[in-house]
Amino acid sequence: MTLDALAVEMPKDWHPVVWQDASPEERAGRLSATARDVRRSVVRTIDAARAGHIGGDLSVSDILTTLFFSVLRLDPAHPSHPQRDRFILSKGHCAAALYSVLALRGFISPDLLPTFMKPLSALNGHPNRNKVPGVEANTGPLGHGLPIGVGSAIASRLSGANWQTFVVLGDGELQEGSNWEAAMSAGHRGLDNLVAIVDRNRLQQGARTEETARLDPLADKWRAFGWDAVEVDGHDHAALFEVFTRPRQGKPLCIVANTTKGKGVSFIEDRVEWHHKVPSPEQVRQALEELGQ
Amino acid sequence: MSALAVAPAPIFDCRQAFAETLIELARADARVVAVCNDSVGSSNLNGFKAEFPDRLINVGIAEQNMVGVAAGLANGGFVPFVCAASPFLTGRALEQIKADVAYNGYHVVLCGMSPGMAYGELGPTHHSIEDLSWLRAITGLSIVVPADPEQTSAAVRWALGAGKPAFLRVGRVKVPSVTTSSEPFRFGKADVLREGRDLTIIATGTLVSRALEAADALAARSISARVVNMSTITPLDEAVIIEAAKETGAIVTAEEAMVEGGLGAAVAETVVRHCPVPMRLLGVPGFAPTGGAEFLLDHFGLSRDGIVAAALELKG
Repeated sequence: MTLDALAVEMPKDWHPVVWQDASPEERAGRLSATARDVRRSVVRTIDAARAGHIGGDLSVSDILTTLFFSVLRLDPAHPSHPQRDRFILSKGHCAAALYSVLALRGFISPDLLPTFMKPLSALNGHPNRNKVPGVEANTGPLGHGLPIGVGSAIASRLSGANWQTFVVLGDGELQEGSNWEAAMSAGHRGLDNLVAIVDRNRLQQGARTEETARLDPLADKWRAFGWDAVEVDGHDHAALFEVFTRPRQGKPLCIVANTTKGKGVSFIEDRVEWHHKVPSPEQVRQALEELGQ
Repeated sequence: MSALAVAPAPIFDCRQAFAETLIELARADARVVAVCNDSVGSSNLNGFKAEFPDRLINVGIAEQNMVGVAAGLANGGFVPFVCAASPFLTGRALEQIKADVAYNGYHVVLCGMSPGMAYGELGPTHHSIEDLSWLRAITGLSIVVPADPEQTSAAVRWALGAGKPAFLRVGRVKVPSVTTSSEPFRFGKADVLREGRDLTIIATGTLVSRALEAADALAARSISARVVNMSTITPLDEAVIIEAAKETGAIVTAEEAMVEGGLGAAVAETVVRHCPVPMRLLGVPGFAPTGGAEFLLDHFGLSRDGIVAAALELKG
């Protein structure tokens, strides 16, 4: 038996990455507009469900938009293609942001979004790969995404394929030791086909990360585990695109993306109580207004 | 007892059959990889490593990562055989087994090496008597406990083709060959190794050969004991259990594991639903005192004499 990844050729007409060839200005403009769409979708989706994790959804929106619209080689028409890039949302509680991106990118129907967390919906509060095309791994408990990503990166290398693996982590979840087991593995193996992005919004469910279990100096920790590490503004699409597509050699890359939890909605930004609080109807109206309804 | 002098049957450590079969499968199938936690020696993977150095992924002493990595390898088209001491594989990485393997539905083969009380004097931290109870509660995870080398080898072959998550409990306590069929392992099917009328002994893994010895001893007391090798714990062969309850009217279960949640509990759940009959459940009652594996099995009555005593309680 041979591996699918070796047996299946990339379709000649497959152009899964959108906007990669656009001019930097044009790309940044489109990404910015799309990220706004994602944020509006997040607010509406959480409003409809009357549940969700709005703070983290809004902090990770620019990262997800940049990845899905200009970096990841994915084709909504072939969501399980063996040569696809692998994207794993380790902070699975930010499913509303992921579902919004998947809907805008054509993996799922936008009509599904209002069913988020409703009885028997495919859109569970945490993503399920067996129900939602474009989801690579079922996450929810923290500290699970990076080990799976390491396995995926090893698989790519072992099969001689060239797909890349991207894992988005919350900063709070880095308190789970399994991440550092995986970081050690990836550094040891020099997995330069693996990128970890930390959504560094400095807030976890109950308090600031640095008041709970200190993470700083965070980039240095990754470097000590054998990774390249860079810090970027996690809301700057051009900067994100540049580091996502930067050539890598010999080491996995960690991008510490400095973000603001609740980004884009003034009364949610950087407030611990908005980890999973649901906005009132009036607050929803205000949020959508601020997001350029 | 027979008057004829019979040489003791040769006994085997099932890890050897496991390792040899895995190498054979890896030669024919590029998808086979082994994942371990610094357990190359204890999982008998030195031969695999020598032949397939790139396909032996040793993540170091990091069980959570080990199981997550296996899920990622499965996502990439490989069939990972995760080989690690059962207490650490199942205890340390239980949430990864649930979430990363079972809930995702990835075809990962979890191989719990040296389960039960195989590590004897190393003590309860190193015993894996809880694994069957923990794993039975996980949806979609097949659980297989081979009783001898032939069955181990056949179960490894089955696991490669299973296409779904599986746990194989690979014994270290030496056992004689007990399977006689040309088909030593049939997934989801128990084997009736000996027919009997008065009661049924349902055993798994290490305890199967001891159950056969007990049936011999009971025969000398004119008690006809049926012996069933329950090599698949999930999904359970309910038909064989119901038949045993109806036809023999009493059941003894025996396993090198906690009764609570293990084979005994599984059989009892079936019996109570379909055909309640008197039962005795033999297993490990809790944390063991210091002692070697054979000593501890005898100490807890997981022996020929212990099984006979339980049978006499039911039929005496």
